[in-house]
Amino acid sequence: MSADRTPPASQRPLIELRGVTKIYGQGQAAFHALRGIDLIVQEGEFVAIMGPSGSGKSTMMNILGCLDSPTSGSYLFRDAHVERLSRRQRALLRRRFLGFVFQGFNLLARTSAIENVELPLLYRGEASRVRRKAARAALASVGLTGWEMHTPAELSGGQLQRVAIARAVVTHPALLLADEPTGNLDTQRSREIMELLASLNRDQGITVLLVTHEPEMAAYAKRVVRFVDGLVDSDHRNGGAD
Amino acid sequence: MLWNSLLLAVRAIRRNVLRSCLTILGVVIGVSAVIIMVTLGDGATQSVKDQITSLGSNLLMVRPGQRLGPGRDSAGAPNFDVDDAEAIASQIASVAAVAPATNASVTVVYEAENWSTTVTGSTAAYFTTGNWRLAEGRFFSEAEERAGKAVCVIGETVRKELFGSQNPIGAEIRIKRFACEVVGLLQAKGSFGMDADDTIVMPLRTVQRRIRGNDDVTGLQVSVKDGASLSQAAEAVSALMRERRNISENEDDNFTVIDTKQIAETLSGTIRVMTMLLGAVAAISLLVGGIGIMNIMLVSVTERTREIGIRLAIGALEHEVLLQFLIEAVALASFGGLIGIVVANSVSIAAAQVIQVPFLFNPEINVLSFLFAALIGVVFGYFPARRAALLDPIEALRYE
Repeated sequence: MSADRTPPASQRPLIELRGVTKIYGQGQAAFHALRGIDLIVQEGEFVAIMGPSGSGKSTMMNILGCLDSPTSGSYLFRDAHVERLSRRQRALLRRRFLGFVFQGFNLLARTSAIENVELPLLYRGEASRVRRKAARAALASVGLTGWEMHTPAELSGGQLQRVAIARAVVTHPALLLADEPTGNLDTQRSREIMELLASLNRDQGITVLLVTHEPEMAAYAKRVVRFVDGLVDSDHRNGGAD
Repeated sequence: MLWNSLLLAVRAIRRNVLRSCLTILGVVIGVSAVIIMVTLGDGATQSVKDQITSLGSNLLMVRPGQRLGPGRDSAGAPNFDVDDAEAIASQIASVAAVAPATNASVTVVYEAENWSTTVTGSTAAYFTTGNWRLAEGRFFSEAEERAGKAVCVIGETVRKELFGSQNPIGAEIRIKRFACEVVGLLQAKGSFGMDADDTIVMPLRTVQRRIRGNDDVTGLQVSVKDGASLSQAAEAVSALMRERRNISENEDDNFTVIDTKQIAETLSGTIRVMTMLLGAVAAISLLVGGIGIMNIMLVSVTERTREIGIRLAIGALEHEVLLQFLIEAVALASFGGLIGIVVANSVSIAAAQVIQVPFLFNPEINVLSFLFAALIGVVFGYFPARRAALLDPIEALRYE
C-alpha cells in the first residue's frame, strides 16, 4: 500500500467511488444492491448516509469499510484502488486507516474496556506500554476515565458505544465508519454519541461516515447523502450544522 | 507478533476458565495415564531386578533333574554330594564360592509356639552366595559345621512367629527330637512370590544326619566372581558336572544350571513389554483427549463467530486469527500436559507405595508425553483455527 499519512491540509478526496455496483446472486435471482454509485468524500468531512431499508446503505458501508469488493466500478481510497486489493491487503488497509462503530457495539464479552480498546493496537504490533497509554487516552477522550477495568456486562448502552468509539479512534484512523451507532440507544444517549462523533470530526480531523435512518442524528453531519434503490437520490450540505 | 497472538490466546482462555478446564481434562487424563503406566512399569522392573539380586549376586543355582520341556522325568536324577561342590570351587577359576545345600520341611517349636518352615543345611559359604547379612548374633563356625553341631541361624519370619518380642539369640528351639541353639538372626530380604525370610539355616552335616538321615546334597549354589561372565561360568559348571556324572555326549543333562541374572532379565523384559503395551493404550486415551480439544475448539469457533468478525473488521489478518486459535489449542493442550505430569507423578508416588515398587522418576516419558500433548494441540487445533481464519467478516459480524 503506497498510501501515506500526509495531513489532510490539501483538499484532496479521501474516498472516490466511480460507477460502483454490487450484485448478489446470478441470473434471474440476481439482486442489484448498488446500481452505479458515484461519490467523493474529502478528508475531514462528516457525511451521513440515509435511506430506507434495502436501499443499499449497508452494502455501501461494507464496500467503504473494505470488507467487501464491488462487482464493478472503482473505489479509490487515497488513490489506492481498493477493488484491486487482495483480502490480506484490504485487512492491512482496515487496520491502518479505518475505524468501525457498529449498532450492536460489538465489544468482546468478559473483556475489560481497556483491553477492548487496546485490541486494534495489539494487531498493529504496538508495545504494551504504548497500548495502555493510548487506550487510556482514547477512553478519556470519550469521557470514560475511571471505567477502564469494567467489562461490557457492567456498562450501560451509552458507555458501551463510547468504548466502541474509543476502540475505533485509538489508532487515529483516517476514516471512521459508524453503522447506525445510535440504533440501540435512547434519545439522550444518542445525542451524546452524535456530539462525540461531531467533536472527533472537528477536533481530531477524523473523517466520519455515518449510516442512520434518523433525521435528527443525520442533522449532526455536515453533509447528507440519501440512497434509494441502490442509487444516490440526493446529496446536500447541512447549512451551519457544525 | 507471536507474542501478541500468545497474549490474545491467553486472554481468550482466561475469559472462559470452566470451559478451558473441561477441555483439557482429556489431555490431563491421557498424559497422566501414560506417565503412570510407564513409571509404575519401570518401578516393577526395578523391583524384580532388586529381588532377584537379593537372592545372591552373580548366582548360579545347580539342581538335579531337568525341568525344561514336557515328558522328561527328573525324579530319578541323582543328587549331588559335597565333592561336587569342592570340585566346582577348585576347578573353575571364575567361581568365588560354592555352597552345597540340602533342604527339609520341618516343624520347629519354641516354648508354646510352633511353626512349619524349611530348614536348609549348608556351609558358611551359603551366606556369601545367598547374599545374607546378619541382623544379630553370628553365623555358625567351621568347627560347628564339621562337627555337625545343633546350631542354627533363623530368618526374620521364623523369629517373628516363634519369638515375638523376645530375643532369639541363645534360645533353644526344638526340631524333631533334638534341641538346636539359635546363634544368629538373618537380615530380612522381603518377599516376592515366596517368603525368603521364612527359613532356618544349619550346618549341612546336621541336617543330613539329624533330619534327612542321608548324605544327599540337593542343590549347589555357585557365586561367580565380580566381573566374570555368568553365562560362561554356567557353561563351565555344566561341562564339569556332565563329566562328574558320566553323561555321554548324546545324552541330556540330568541337572539344571539356573542363571539368576538371566531370570532377572527375562522377567524384566516381560514387564517392559507389558509396560509398553499399557503405555500404548494410555496413549490412545491421550489421542482421544486431543479430539476433545478439537471438539471444544470447533464449538468455540462457532460460538465466537461474532468475536472473530470483530477482530477481522478491526484489522486482524487471517494468519493472526489462525495463530491465535492455534496457540489457544496448543496452550490448552500443553497446560493439560503440565497438569497431567503433576497428577501422574503424585499418583505414581502414592501407587508405588501401595503396590510396593520403587518410584523411579522417568524424565524421558515426562518430556515425551508433554511434547506429545503439545503436538496434539497443534494437530487438532489447526482445523478449527483455519475455519476461524477463513470466516467472512461481514457474515461473522451479522452472526447472532
